[in-house]
Parts: sequence; C-alpha cells; structure tokens
Amino acid sequence: MDYTQIAIMAVVIMTGVGVVFGFVLALADKKFAMEENPLIGEVEEALPKGQCGACGFAGCAKYAEAVVLDPEVPPNLCVPGKAEVAAVVANLTGKVAEATEPKYAHIRCRGGVGIAKLAFNYKGVHDCAAAKLVQQGPKECKYGCLGFGNCVKACPFGAMSMGENGIPVVNKSLCTGCGKCASICPQHVIELIPISAKVTVSCSSKEMGAAARKACTAACIGCGLCMKNCTHKGGVKVVDHLAIVDPSICRICDDLTCVDKCPTNAIAALVARTKKEENVG
Amino acid sequence: MGAYFTLFIGAVLINNFVLTKFLGLCIFFGVSKNLNASIGMGFAVTSVITLSTILAWLLYNFILVPFGLTFLRTITFVVLIASFVQLLEIVIKKMSPTLYNMWGIYLMLIATNCIVLSVPVLSVTNNYNFIQNIVFAVGSGLGFALALILMASAREKLDYADVPEALKGTPVAFIVAGMLSLAFLGFSGML
Repeated sequence: MDYTQIAIMAVVIMTGVGVVFGFVLALADKKFAMEENPLIGEVEEALPKGQCGACGFAGCAKYAEAVVLDPEVPPNLCVPGKAEVAAVVANLTGKVAEATEPKYAHIRCRGGVGIAKLAFNYKGVHDCAAAKLVQQGPKECKYGCLGFGNCVKACPFGAMSMGENGIPVVNKSLCTGCGKCASICPQHVIELIPISAKVTVSCSSKEMGAAARKACTAACIGCGLCMKNCTHKGGVKVVDHLAIVDPSICRICDDLTCVDKCPTNAIAALVARTKKEENVG
Repeated sequence: MGAYFTLFIGAVLINNFVLTKFLGLCIFFGVSKNLNASIGMGFAVTSVITLSTILAWLLYNFILVPFGLTFLRTITFVVLIASFVQLLEIVIKKMSPTLYNMWGIYLMLIATNCIVLSVPVLSVTNNYNFIQNIVFAVGSGLGFALALILMASAREKLDYADVPEALKGTPVAFIVAGMLSLAFLGFSGML
C-alpha cells in the first residue's frame, strides 16, 4: 500500500467511524428521549433558590422536579419560601397547600463565656466538629454549645451571628427555619421552634442537677418545679433531668408560671411579660 | 488463571494508574474532597473504562488492524470513548434515573479523561487478548477507585487537622498524594 492509499483509507475509516457513532447517538437520543415538563422550570423560578435543602431534596431544582412529577410531594415543603411560595407552587401544580407555621432556629444553650466552666483550654482548629473530637469539647458541660460558629458559617441566609458571650444569636426576621444549622451542629443544641412558641428551654444538659449546676450556672437542673407548677397539664415535662416544653400546649398558656418558678432561668419567655423581667438567652 | 491474576494485581496495585503512572490526576484531586462522591466516581470510572476498553479492543482488532491503520488508534479511541460516554449517559438517564442521579454528573467528566483513553491504548499496545483486555480494564478501574477512595478518606481527615496556613487545601493534598504514591511504590516488589 502506498501512502495515498493509506491516507484515503484513513479518511474513509475515520469518516465511517464518525458517521456510525453519530447515527448511533442520534438514534439513542430519539429512542431514549426524555420529555422535560416545562412546569418544572416555572416552579423552580418561583422558589427562593437558597438551595438550603430544608424540603428534603438536594436543591431547589430537585424539589421543583419532584413536586411537579410526584403527586405525593406536597407543595408547601419550601420552608424559606413560607406561605407565599407554597401558594404559587400549589397554583402551578394544581395541588392544595396546607398552611404550615413558620419556624425559626433557637439555641438551647446559654452557657457562654464565664457562665459555663471550661474543663481545659482548647487550642485547635476553630471548628465545632473538630473541638468535639477532643473529649467532647472544652466545656465542662458536654451537652452545650461549643461556640465555634459552625452554624453561623452554615446559615445560607445570614441570619446567625456569634454573640459576644460565645453563643450564636439568631436574627428572627432573617431566619427562615430551613434547619441547616440544626443539622450541622455536632452538639444538637439548635432546635426549630414555631414562631408562636411562648416559652422555651435554653439548656440541653442531661446531667443530674448538682453536676449540671457545677458545670454551668445557666443549666437546667431538672428540679421539676416547672412541671409541678404548670397550669396546663403536660406543657412542660422533665425527661432525663432536662425540661422539655410542648409548644402545642404552651401556645394557649398566658400564666407562664414555669418561667417564674425556674430557679436558674433556663426556661425563658419569648413573649413580652409584665410580671417578671424577660430573660431570653 | 495465574497469569490473569498477576495481570489483575499488577493493574490494581503495582501499576496503579494514578499513583504509579500519574494518569487521571484531575479527577483524583477534583473529586477526592468527599468520600461519597469519590466512591460514586470510582465505580463510574471502573464501568466506563471496562466497557470502552472492550469496544476499543473490538474496533482495533477488527477494523484498524485489517486495514493497516493502527497508527490511528489514539484518535479513533478518543472518538469512540466520547461518543460511548454520551450514549451511556442517554441510556442511563432513561433506564435508571437513580443511577443517573448518582453517576450522571461524573460521566461527563470522564468523557475526556486521560485514564479512560490510556487503558485501551496500553491494552492494544501490549497485544492483550480479549480476556486479558477485560481483566486489565477492570483492574485499572478498581485501582483508580482504590486510590481515589484512599485519597478522599485522607482528605476528609485533613479538614480537621492542624495544617499550616500556607499548606491548607490543595498543597497538603499534593503532599498526601506524594506519600500515597511512595507507599504504592512498595508494591513494585510484589511480583
């Protein structure tokens, strides 16, 4: 074979290979065509695009796809979008939006600098998860906020900032209740509470009274005074030496005796009070 | 049988594509930040390498060799792999949306990767037969997956290590990759 022949052969074969693959691809594209519903784009447009994942999907686009294609997925899963977005999505998809009460993040710890005792001096990476690797964190209380601000970094809406006392502060007007901070907190001290909640426990310590008190002066000591004095049965419970409020019951309560009776102010009122100075951590 | 086993171990450990031959480094550093992603990527690469090497072998031995056009192997393999990955993406998207959600984003990254090209090229250069070719491809893919998963596990730990400011991020990843590569050098005496 001389060179011209080889060159011609090469061109023929390459063209052949290219044409065959081209046809196969074109055929596959036709045969396996995926028709995309134009509604998905419209729904995605209506979502706030925080990509926070509070809906339980990998992002706004995934939720838009799921809510359009799957009749089981409700239109009100977008937490940051609140009722307006739910209404728009419901309108687009022809589903019925049920009202959900907006929630916001609350830090269940008041053990800031000078309040919670330190067990040792931590000089490692400025990161909650890293600090927790060292004997469950530098604080004597092993349940409290570590104060390195992983939640502040995780907040997609800029609603959190680190307070002066080393406990993060939530800006209620910016917080959308997406729960990113709650899921990233290695200590699980962040909970989402409904906007109507009147009282809340700002401690997470499951330590017995004396030990909890020794580690932190702001701790819930599990004394049970709140439970005994609760005017609405079952509003406050003490489980594992820690008071837990049930917002669905406390919602109707105006007495808030638990707040007055709490010896360490671990239970705080979230609404304005006249009886006693408000003490929100 | 023993020869195939030797070939397999050789492809996975001794001639590990990433850590001994330094191929596929862009994925190796790009996708090794997260363990889950690296597992997905590792197995996507393994399956793509295996399938495209089989196709490339057929193309080479039944079209290029009879026509005396073996010098065209690189360019035909590039065309073959690129279109094959496209095809795979279209098919997976239709057949199994779950698999597509897991692998879809990695498939496009693989399409133009040197490791996927080098396995078929090396395979035909070494004149492997069909079975050897498959064993070599699976071994190379698994070797890549192994290196990627090792690297991702190390890098996840590195996030919490006290690394000097200047070395944070990619620089320390290069150092770790160098150490891993040195460790894999130890396998060279195995056979």
